[in-house]
Amino acid sequence: MPMTTDRKRQLLTAALVAPAGLWLFVFLVLPFMAMVVFSFGERAPEGGYQPAFTFAQFANLPSRAAAFWNTMMIAPAGALLCLIVAYPVAYYLAVKSNPKYRLMLVSLVVVPFWTSLLVRTYAWMYILGSRGIPNLLSMIGIEDVRLLNTPGAVLLGIVYGYLPLMIMPIYVSLEKLDRRLLEASADLGARPVSTFFSITLPLSLPGVMTGVALVTILLLGEYLIPQLLGGGKVFFIGNALVDLFLQSRNWPFGSAIAVTLVVVVVIVLTVAMRIAWKVSGSRQVDLV
Amino acid sequence: MTSVSANDIEFRSVTKLYGSVTAVSDINLAVPKGAFVALLGPSGCGKTTCLRMIGGFEQPSDGTILIDGREMNGVPPYRRPVNMVFQHYALFPHFDVEQNVAYGLKQARPKLAAAEISARAREALEMVRLGGFEKRRIHEMSGGQQQRVALARAIVNKPSVLLLDEPLAALDKKLRTAMQIELQTLQRELGITFVLVTHDQEEALSMSDMVCVMNAGRIVQMAKPQEIYDRPADLFVADFVGKTNRIAATVEAGGATLRLSNGTALAARSGLKPGAATVALRPEAIELVRQSNGSGSQLTGTVTHRIFLGSTAEYQINVDGLGDFLVTADRRSVQESDLVEPGERVVLNFDPGKVHVFPA
Repeated sequence: MPMTTDRKRQLLTAALVAPAGLWLFVFLVLPFMAMVVFSFGERAPEGGYQPAFTFAQFANLPSRAAAFWNTMMIAPAGALLCLIVAYPVAYYLAVKSNPKYRLMLVSLVVVPFWTSLLVRTYAWMYILGSRGIPNLLSMIGIEDVRLLNTPGAVLLGIVYGYLPLMIMPIYVSLEKLDRRLLEASADLGARPVSTFFSITLPLSLPGVMTGVALVTILLLGEYLIPQLLGGGKVFFIGNALVDLFLQSRNWPFGSAIAVTLVVVVVIVLTVAMRIAWKVSGSRQVDLV
Repeated sequence: MTSVSANDIEFRSVTKLYGSVTAVSDINLAVPKGAFVALLGPSGCGKTTCLRMIGGFEQPSDGTILIDGREMNGVPPYRRPVNMVFQHYALFPHFDVEQNVAYGLKQARPKLAAAEISARAREALEMVRLGGFEKRRIHEMSGGQQQRVALARAIVNKPSVLLLDEPLAALDKKLRTAMQIELQTLQRELGITFVLVTHDQEEALSMSDMVCVMNAGRIVQMAKPQEIYDRPADLFVADFVGKTNRIAATVEAGGATLRLSNGTALAARSGLKPGAATVALRPEAIELVRQSNGSGSQLTGTVTHRIFLGSTAEYQINVDGLGDFLVTADRRSVQESDLVEPGERVVLNFDPGKVHVFPA
């Protein structure tokens, strides 16, 4: 039976989408559904999961309030710090740098990714630890400075690790900003500072929102940095999850926390998208 | 300090270099107050650079630009009494129509009252016949409407000079003609100087009262549109503005006779230097007559193509000994019958006074 072009095209589309779709279904949708089911269950006496239908796990969430609180405070704060550091860098790369060297400079931003974040975070452990900066400070008479295992250390690690992820989307949105808009603004009497806040910043907001959302979402699930630089004192949801699943083997409670985290992420994402649409007035906001 | 100057814009030996490339070379130009000047030329001739130097987006490498009698070297765009309509309008996509127009007013220091800003923005929108569109988003407007928003935004600050960078290039032909008339009306109403940059000779001739033809970074001719067309300063202008037939010729000793390369002799205007020359002849300066009797100093040829345009017709004629000529004939000026057919033999009559002779 001869196939029409339309039919062929549909089959081709299906064939191209199928592997990714199947992958997502098996490794994302199914596990998430399992997690939702688990979250209403009970911990088996020997650990793990046994079927039940109870809200006890969700009722127990307040017992991990500290982890939620730390995550909800430090993740956005870290993203904000990243933004403050990243914006000028992205602005320089996209607007001020010599176009001849731009590509090279932009690729330098991603060079840190060539080494594992674990290794680089270990390096910070030494730099901030008692044999690092505090040791140097004590040589000039400043004693008893604690850097490691503080919220500050965690924030530093976050900014260090996530900066490229913030720079790139902002760079992209500044790069495609029409320079004639800046000229038009100046032509109409706006000083450079005024042009920046009225034109450049609002129009780069999709990139800013993408960066903030991306970094915040990843930080909400962060485990490594608080573990190494927070030393168990600055405890994230990620760390709580590891404990629950691997140490106390309380799968239902871990699932309830994870489900709650996913819900929070979805809410953050939706709100961020709405704001970016509204302010930039553009239909296309590339979030993640 | 208000210096009174008859000129709104003055270029004093202005040169602009980009690296080793000379974009504008030693230009002197004076634009009188209230004039509508067109900078006309092919792409790369330096016209846009000139406009951008007036706007303050480029600084001259050498020489001085004065606006309203004040030296402008080093003065940033936001301190100049000029506003620009950008080529692709450069409207702010995140603002609505009124916010775009009000943008210039919001920059005023001391600040203007919100009510005044809104009133003046609406007034400017009325001037470009966009009343009622205040709250529209830019992407909801058609090309022609965006063009008007750009105009309203540029005139709202009451600049002494309005700069227009190929303002009609993105519009279709019908809209373009309508906007040409509107721009002229607007200029008369506002009474301010307009400087228009265009590569479209028709646009330049139809709208402006002064045309400045540029080529390779220099001003070739600055004159009224009719004069540019009727008395081009050189072969470039003759070629670029309107259509023209070029004929190789020689001015004979004494300067009284012009001999075309096919041997035809024409009575020349006095004052021509003897030697090789190029003759330019407008297509509409030629009258076609069906060949009957051969009188000596006439050009004869065979019609090869005819393009019928309604009120006129364009003919391509292979002139004996000179090659292809373009002739635009008013239908009434073709005698006997209204159209000449391809293949017919014709005589090309023209007034020797309408022949332009340029030394080769």
